[in-house]
Amino acid sequence: MRDALVLVPALPLAGFLILFLSMGALKRGAVAWIGVGSVGLALVAAVVAATGFWRHGAAPYTQTLYTWLSVAAFVPRVRFYLDGLSLVAMGVVTGVGFLIHLYSAEFMIDDEGYSRFFAYMNLFVAAMLILVLADNLLLLLLGWEGVGLASYLLIGFWYGESLNGLAARKAFIMTRLGDVAFVIGLLVLFNRLGTLNIQDLVRNAQAVWVPGSFWPTLAGALLLGGALGKSAQLPLQTWLPDAMAGPTPVSALIHAATMVTAGVYLVARLHGLYALAPAIERLIAVIGAVTLLLSAFAALVQSDIKRVLAYSTMSQIGYMFLANGVGAWSAAIFHFMIHAFFKALLFLAAGAVIQALHDEHDIGRMGGLRRQMPFTFWSFLIGGAALSAFPFITAGFYSKDLILWDAFASPLGGPAFWAAGLLGAFLTGLYTFRLIIRVFLGPAKSKIGRRPGWLMAVPIGVLALLSVVGGLLNIPSLFGGGAQFTHFLAQVLPAQALRPGVRAIEPDLETAAIGASLGGIFLAFLLFLHAPQWVEKVKSTVAGAALARWWGAGWGFDRLYEGVVARAYAGWARANRDDFVDAGVDGVVEGNRLLHQLLRWTQTGHVRWYAMAIALGAMGWFWLAVLS
Amino acid sequence: MIALWLIVIMLVGGIAAWLVAPLHRHASAWVAIAALATDFALALGLAVGPARTAAVTRIGAFFVNVAFPWIPRFGISFHLAMDGLSLVMILLTLFLGLVSVLVSWREITERIGFFHFNLLWTMAGVLGVFLAVDLFLFAFFWEVMLVPMYFIIALWGHEHRIVAAIKFFIFTQVSGLIMMVAIVGLVLAHWRATGTLTFDYFALLGTPLSRSAATWLMLGFLAAFLVKLPAVPFHTWLPDAHTEAPTAGSVILAGVLLKTGAYGLLRFVFPLFPDAAFRFAPIAMALGVVGILYGAVQAFGQTDLKRLVAYTSVSHLGFVLLGVFAWNELALQGAVTQMIAHGLSTGALFALAGLLQERIHTREMPRMGGFWAMAPRMGAMGLFFAIASLGLPGLGNFIGEFLVLLGAYQANAWLAAIAAFGLVASAAYALLLVQRVFHGPRRPELALPDLAPRELAVLGAMLVFLVWIGVYPQSLVDTVRPAILGMQHLVVSPPLLGRRG
Repeated sequence: MRDALVLVPALPLAGFLILFLSMGALKRGAVAWIGVGSVGLALVAAVVAATGFWRHGAAPYTQTLYTWLSVAAFVPRVRFYLDGLSLVAMGVVTGVGFLIHLYSAEFMIDDEGYSRFFAYMNLFVAAMLILVLADNLLLLLLGWEGVGLASYLLIGFWYGESLNGLAARKAFIMTRLGDVAFVIGLLVLFNRLGTLNIQDLVRNAQAVWVPGSFWPTLAGALLLGGALGKSAQLPLQTWLPDAMAGPTPVSALIHAATMVTAGVYLVARLHGLYALAPAIERLIAVIGAVTLLLSAFAALVQSDIKRVLAYSTMSQIGYMFLANGVGAWSAAIFHFMIHAFFKALLFLAAGAVIQALHDEHDIGRMGGLRRQMPFTFWSFLIGGAALSAFPFITAGFYSKDLILWDAFASPLGGPAFWAAGLLGAFLTGLYTFRLIIRVFLGPAKSKIGRRPGWLMAVPIGVLALLSVVGGLLNIPSLFGGGAQFTHFLAQVLPAQALRPGVRAIEPDLETAAIGASLGGIFLAFLLFLHAPQWVEKVKSTVAGAALARWWGAGWGFDRLYEGVVARAYAGWARANRDDFVDAGVDGVVEGNRLLHQLLRWTQTGHVRWYAMAIALGAMGWFWLAVLS
Repeated sequence: MIALWLIVIMLVGGIAAWLVAPLHRHASAWVAIAALATDFALALGLAVGPARTAAVTRIGAFFVNVAFPWIPRFGISFHLAMDGLSLVMILLTLFLGLVSVLVSWREITERIGFFHFNLLWTMAGVLGVFLAVDLFLFAFFWEVMLVPMYFIIALWGHEHRIVAAIKFFIFTQVSGLIMMVAIVGLVLAHWRATGTLTFDYFALLGTPLSRSAATWLMLGFLAAFLVKLPAVPFHTWLPDAHTEAPTAGSVILAGVLLKTGAYGLLRFVFPLFPDAAFRFAPIAMALGVVGILYGAVQAFGQTDLKRLVAYTSVSHLGFVLLGVFAWNELALQGAVTQMIAHGLSTGALFALAGLLQERIHTREMPRMGGFWAMAPRMGAMGLFFAIASLGLPGLGNFIGEFLVLLGAYQANAWLAAIAAFGLVASAAYALLLVQRVFHGPRRPELALPDLAPRELAVLGAMLVFLVWIGVYPQSLVDTVRPAILGMQHLVVSPPLLGRRG
């Protein structure tokens, strides 16, 4: 049964190939069946493989397809590796992926690029599955770049608009900048450890490298570069808000649920390596904490519904990085899974809103949709509550709570990390319910068009359900649960020891976390529903307006990157279009021409000139001969 | 004998193509296809036959070896030999020859017979370069491939063809002359040491040379090869020649002729002057890295589609230079893979540029855009080859570049790390190409027919080969391995002089 593993990435790949080779010749119905069906079958294959995995006592399983390359000592194979960690990731990718494909079958129905859309989506799912199942870093890189390509293609899906193309290229190039570091990291690892196979590599690293020494620190830092780009963390984060130019299902699948969390997966996958690089672990935690705060502030002032969610995604991935950084790898993966549920839900519901309002993105022009779209409202509310970690009933509460706890209790954590997470939780409640209030409450501002049909409603409903019951998988012992998810992953991602004495204050920390979440939500109702004049008053001050602009532009990173770096590159390339090296060649040509002119003057046609030249030349030679 | 036949078929086919031209508009093209296909079949026969069992010996891993006396007085013979490296280069050459004929189907309307004559004679010259193991013969073929190519650019090229053709000719000719001087110098040094006057490659291996003599002679060879490759700063003939040449000329130039430079480095520079080459390696690797980055930045700044693609060649061949001078198995395999993949991906991009120019009569990208809506097949192909060009894993170029980086890291970690930034720079130009040509608002004022079945088939074949190299590179690696091991063996322990006659 575990043999079905290969089918999991192979089926979406086959779907892509069929759709690609048909070159738009298929009817919409056939396209939908192939596009959605291939991912659905991949989900079935994943379930079969997972069942087999369980039957064999959850022992890691490798499936070798063939030897990709064998040159000297470099022998990467096309081989998949299934353990608890890749199982969770595979489940999220196929499960959430299938739901989003189903949704897209209806959402994209009027688009002329229907077939192209599903081809790219299938390509994405195939690449993402290769990424999570790869047993070596070269194959992982294949999936990694493959999802980057699919992301590029889908951000720029509506290619007629040049700005979409710009956003797509920005996403690809910025993530590739991180990938350069990643590739150099592979060079270092192969050269030092003699393999790119993940399990062997970690084992070798632990055998030969001293914790905290130079090589693991360097390798960890380089690989982190790739993770930062892919997961839109500081300083490579600016591409994600622009990536919202793609169709909304794309934002849900690629830029919320799966691809952007690949960096989290990578760090967890290589946790054995990062354990040898405590300085980098700390860096990961700091980057996560800073990113989660900066993007939460930015989310507060966005006016585009999708950009609020994009900044929120960056912020939530910041939490996952924070967890990874303090060694709470299974907490990171749990939040990765739960976030995939509720953020996909939020995007899909937002897509329904956008479509109903005839492609309106501005939340300033929305309102009162609660009555007009009750199903969408309740689903969005569930998703928003999970995002805000609404206590006890939402899954997001349990996943975020675990991270906050570990940020405090882990030997690598501390009060500062915990406080950052707590402030973030407060802000999350605030910006999420600002969004919900603006979109769904208050007076209705426009008539709505199409309501979601069942193909869109079912995925939304399922994800809403998962956003609630997902938490049951991992209820901590404090609330009388068994923390099964953490135990399940403990084989792969070992639990950290706690700092001494922290157990005693666990209830206090919980209370604070609940308070932060509820406080944010409460303040949102106060500021955005009951007393909006306060917000207006702050905004009308010079400082308030400037702050809103600054946060609205994502803290102005783009101004630095696009205004300075990109402009300098393009400016130099344009200025040197004619290639200054060629000027040297032209110089040789000009020199020859000059010489030619000089020599031409000597050819006068007068015999007396020639006679004189001969005489002078002879004298010259004579002179030289005498002197030497 | 088969090595000789490969060349003779090209020469005879060229004359035949010229002669049959009056019979039918496509008569010469069909003759050219027949000649190229015959050669390709012969070479493929070698690839699945003798090449698989080639053994590494003291002098390399040659499985074809044929020699006739030519000018015995000077020790010059018509000596051809083939190992896995020559074989894959020849397969690439012949395949791209077929591509060139097929993409010129409608573009070439004047002097069709003479065009195909020149095309096949260039092919003959290239095959000779890849087969010759007599240095005089090598220099001879080096010129043979140059002259017909000069005519192809000068007669069938675009607006500034004459200047470009002359520039191409002078760069290649002057550097070829310097190589000729170095060849004679090497032969004389060998004569002085042994009393035997010979131009034979195998005899000249291991010629005892003083340190400075070896350096100067090597630089003479390098002059020809680095110009041809091209390495920055000797690259400026390339954008002009590639841009002004007709489509077939660009495909052959980029796909094949540049590779003769890299081939020369592998076949002659290292085995003949191992110590000098190793001393020079850091400089050459640095030039390679400069080429990778400089070529990519230059490509980004161009507005002429063909010039953009031409500069990507500078960047891609920088990886080849880096790999060759790293001189370990990983890097060498990477360099060879990169050569093949570059021949396919860049050849295809030039073909696409030619097909576009044929349809809309411009190469200026500001006058393009939104072509996907009108010609989705062409758009998909353009996207694919651009993506291949930026080194996406799963396609051939990635294998080449990654192996080069892996090997170069062992030789010089810093240079490899800097070279890796080529990955971003290549993404910048490749995606800009896609944006400017295929994406963006649609242009209803232009009529752009989509790819015809013949064009789709040609590009499709190139696509399949690139995927094949990306997904299963081992078939290529295994064919080349004995040759690489053989050359490395020569460099580590050159056959001792005097043991051979």
